[in-house]
Amino acid sequence: MKTLSVSVAYMPLVDALPLIAAQELGFAEAEGIALDLIAAPSWSSVRDMLSFGRVDAAHLLSPMPVAMALGLGSVTTPLAAVSVLSVNGNIIGVSRAVEERLRAHGYGFDFRDAALAADALAASIDGPLTIGVPFPFSMHVELLHYWIESTGLAKQGFEVRTVPPPLMAQALEDGTINAFCVGEPWGSVAVENGVGALLLPGNAIWSFAPEKVLAVRTNWAETEPELLTRMMRAVWQGGRWAARPESRTAAAEMLSRPEYLGVPAEVIDRALTGRFIISSRGEQRKTDGHVEFFDGAANFPWRSQAQWIGSRLAKRFDLDQKESQSTAAGIFRSDLFRAALQNTGADIPGASQKLEGAIRHPTAVASLKGGLILQPDTFFDTCIFEPLDEN
Amino acid sequence: MTAPLSIVVVEEDRDRATAIVDALKNSGECEVHVIGKTSGLARKIAIHSPDIVLIDYDNPTRDMLEELTLASGPLERPVAMFVSGAAGELAQAAIEAGVSAYVVDGLRPERIKPVLDIAVARFQIVRQMRTELAETRRALEERKVIDRAKGMIMKAKGLNEEQAYMLLRKTAMDQGRRVADVAEALVTASGLLS
Repeated sequence: MKTLSVSVAYMPLVDALPLIAAQELGFAEAEGIALDLIAAPSWSSVRDMLSFGRVDAAHLLSPMPVAMALGLGSVTTPLAAVSVLSVNGNIIGVSRAVEERLRAHGYGFDFRDAALAADALAASIDGPLTIGVPFPFSMHVELLHYWIESTGLAKQGFEVRTVPPPLMAQALEDGTINAFCVGEPWGSVAVENGVGALLLPGNAIWSFAPEKVLAVRTNWAETEPELLTRMMRAVWQGGRWAARPESRTAAAEMLSRPEYLGVPAEVIDRALTGRFIISSRGEQRKTDGHVEFFDGAANFPWRSQAQWIGSRLAKRFDLDQKESQSTAAGIFRSDLFRAALQNTGADIPGASQKLEGAIRHPTAVASLKGGLILQPDTFFDTCIFEPLDEN
Repeated sequence: MTAPLSIVVVEEDRDRATAIVDALKNSGECEVHVIGKTSGLARKIAIHSPDIVLIDYDNPTRDMLEELTLASGPLERPVAMFVSGAAGELAQAAIEAGVSAYVVDGLRPERIKPVLDIAVARFQIVRQMRTELAETRRALEERKVIDRAKGMIMKAKGLNEEQAYMLLRKTAMDQGRRVADVAEALVTASGLLS
């Protein structure tokens, strides 16, 4: 069988692991394809490479394809998010100066309670926070807005600034920003460099936030269904491998190689295990489900997840709620996921929408094989997002 | 008579910046500004209120420019990358050449095209030079590793230089690998064992 090549652009981050594992561990080869993985210098270039046909697929921030469909930003090529590559994985941190103020105020850095962290911040700082994020359309930005808007921190106001993740620690040091929300390993790098402290994992705000998606051009999905299926199966296997606790050491070693992340394996390991060193004092905190590659149908692109993103973007950019949610729902292609992963052993949920935030405990749901247990997807303020009816 | 186009080039390397600026200026009426340091990029660009921003495709600070494309950004006029209509093909050529351009929405395509043609050509040359430089560096590095491996083989097996190289080459051919890779493996392995 001739091996077909599928080119995939990605950002060198811990959550690119399912793609890298799919290629390195032979899951792609077993599907008769080779993933040609192309590391990109910025999210804009990942998007452009995909939009203008330089690559067939890409590792994208989950809000990017939704924002593009809503006409936000500078490129609007129709994209399809065919699976979720990872759930959660962001970290919110602050500068040393803000850390000191929080400590002076008696805050214990519990790395868990988002409402408590917001109250402590609101009481310790006397001006708006300037928060660095990797990209204007990212789960980072959505989580920050969601968190700040519904807490005492809203009074202080805040400004979000785009800073490329590898430069985040530097920006914190030179005072361009005094807080950040970023994917690993870059939060831990700020701690390692002695310029910041970690405040909260992203899952303290939303416990099941779709972070990165596997995206393709909609017309490529239509003209290359066979190739798409093979790639999706290989990447799904990569995610399954990545989620196994016994894979962690090998995964951290693999990602640390210079052609991928080029960061010490020990630092990458923190993101994979959820065991963080949160400050220069060496304090350790553990968070469960810091980054999820597989369990609880993590890879399934729920239409309601896209609707949540669409709804948040509509609110921020003053767009029509119903229309935005309906457009967004069409970007997360649960239909393509079902088609590609049937008969593979994947347990796929029976529904394509859920009430986001309603699952408080691991819950068994109707699924293809009948063994699916969904993980909690609550928001820190216990609100439930009910997607608007599409009719 | 239209006002000269105002162009901002974001480029840290002075020589490269000069080359691009000269090429653009020779093309006719435009004002060109160079921004070298990328901290506070959005603010610095806003000061010039340019019609076009040119930035290296590989520059990670490109994502900072993305902020400018949002209407609420620090620029009064939104900036959009040229993606639609007549500029579509140009976008592709630009990406191939390694330049990203941000163009003020509403600027007429016939005014953009000549500038971008020049930018694309110039970036292509720069990119080619950079690739060649990287190739040369790599070749040099490989040469060094091969020399070290040769030295080790000569010492361990009492061979002369040519015989040592022949052995390296034969091993590489037998294993279907590059001589430099075999040499590197040997150097790494002996480092571990010593």
